[in-house]
Amino acid sequence: MDNKFFVSSSPHIAKKEDVSIVMWTVNLALAPAGIIGIYIFGLHSLLLVAASTIAAVLTEAFMQNARRQKVTVSDGSAFMTGLLLAYNLPPNCPLWIGVIGSFFAIAIAKQAFGGLGRNIFNPALASRAFLLAAWPKHMTVFAKPFAYGVDAVTQATPLSLLKEGKASGLVDMGLSYWDLFIGNRGGSLGEVCILALLLGGLYLLYKRIITWHTPLSFILTVGIFTWAFGSKQGFFQGDFLFHILSGGLMLGAIFMATDYVTSPITKNGQVIFGVCCGLLTGIIRIWGGYPEGVCYSILIMNSVVPLIDRFVKPRRYGIVKVREEGKS
Amino acid sequence: MKKLWYEFVKGIFRENPIFFIVLGLCPTLAVSTSVNNAIGMGLAATFVLVCSNAFISMIRNFIPDKIRIPCYIVVIAAFVSIVEMVMKAYAPALDRALGVYVPLIVVNCIILGRAEAFASKNTVVSSIADGLGMGLGFTLALLIISTIRETLGAGKLAGLSISNTFEPAIILSLAPGALLILGLIMGGIKWIKSSRL
Repeated sequence: MDNKFFVSSSPHIAKKEDVSIVMWTVNLALAPAGIIGIYIFGLHSLLLVAASTIAAVLTEAFMQNARRQKVTVSDGSAFMTGLLLAYNLPPNCPLWIGVIGSFFAIAIAKQAFGGLGRNIFNPALASRAFLLAAWPKHMTVFAKPFAYGVDAVTQATPLSLLKEGKASGLVDMGLSYWDLFIGNRGGSLGEVCILALLLGGLYLLYKRIITWHTPLSFILTVGIFTWAFGSKQGFFQGDFLFHILSGGLMLGAIFMATDYVTSPITKNGQVIFGVCCGLLTGIIRIWGGYPEGVCYSILIMNSVVPLIDRFVKPRRYGIVKVREEGKS
Repeated sequence: MKKLWYEFVKGIFRENPIFFIVLGLCPTLAVSTSVNNAIGMGLAATFVLVCSNAFISMIRNFIPDKIRIPCYIVVIAAFVSIVEMVMKAYAPALDRALGVYVPLIVVNCIILGRAEAFASKNTVVSSIADGLGMGLGFTLALLIISTIRETLGAGKLAGLSISNTFEPAIILSLAPGALLILGLIMGGIKWIKSSRL
């Protein structure tokens, strides 16, 4: 900087944090879940992660070039989209699914809406919804954990077993809560290991990148809802721990519902956002047509974020509520 | 003659009813799943457009201003009925594929729009040229969208399978795919236009 006497408006004291530091911190927090996913599902999942992230970064550079904007791939946001998309894919799906998914996420869900900060929907989730509608055959077959090198061995996810009525509980599936917690189950690449996701989430909380409002209200709502309505025997007998530990709930609640661009600004708004996401997830899981509803519930709530922000405004500093006389 | 040529060509490119005026999107989104449907729909709409434009232009001095829209609708509905009967008799498969969208040509915005904006103010010959251009522009747009949607969404072209190894993206033959493709084409046209300037 040549000119040391620049004039600027307040605030004058600023932290060094910028987009790129936030993004790379989130990427770091995502790393444990991915490493354990690769450990559980084998080499192919590593290739899938690599293909998705490389495709996402290249698409971002290409699109920013085409839109004659500054190429900002080093800020890590495209990398994060590719990573999150790979975590949302079945570990055994073909690599081209990851590449096309990343292209869709960056080119259409993000850059077509104006780039970082202007996208309405979470790019990774929009792309997952696209892939699920485009190639359902590849998107609903999940590799069995710890079945290295054997492509043919697949296993249904606990939630789809439940939805199809093939098993009524954990005991039928031959699983325990501990299996769900450490990730010994069929599922998407990065969603299976709850332990690693929680570690990442705690790191983000410690770094103050995210707050507890959205994830906690999201997970609690799913827990209460599935406890109340999740059992066919009657109310308040559902296996809420199973619902909290299975599916993409942890990944979605910690890493995707908290995306700065596509979630409300205020704390109250974030709680509303999280509770509504949880309700929709519960409704889709218990009564809907799909076994898992986290992806769709976050996408639906993304679309109403502007409404939430409009009605839940932060109170301005110094403004005192004046009680009108005559009204109680 | 030059003016006639101008009226004819403008509907195909510069004022293409779908890509530039953005009219008649309901049949566009619904029918563009296959090339065969697109051609059938496009030609049916073109026939109705040319006939209704010509007829309305002919009687434009007799139509009272206050009830002109009902008059247009009656004329258009008559020609649509002809198309529907002919299609039922000679191309029953196409009629089944297009379904309710054949009778719905009556309320197609392009046809009513041309009647109101052009045929009611111009001579019969230039109205025919305008209707022909707009109809062919509509057909061309449908053809472009349906080619993309059928190849990528169903792995076929005009009903014939194109490859055994290609795995089509089913979403493109569903309703969201139509919106995606139309949006991408319109964005692409804007992009080309802006980069040429």
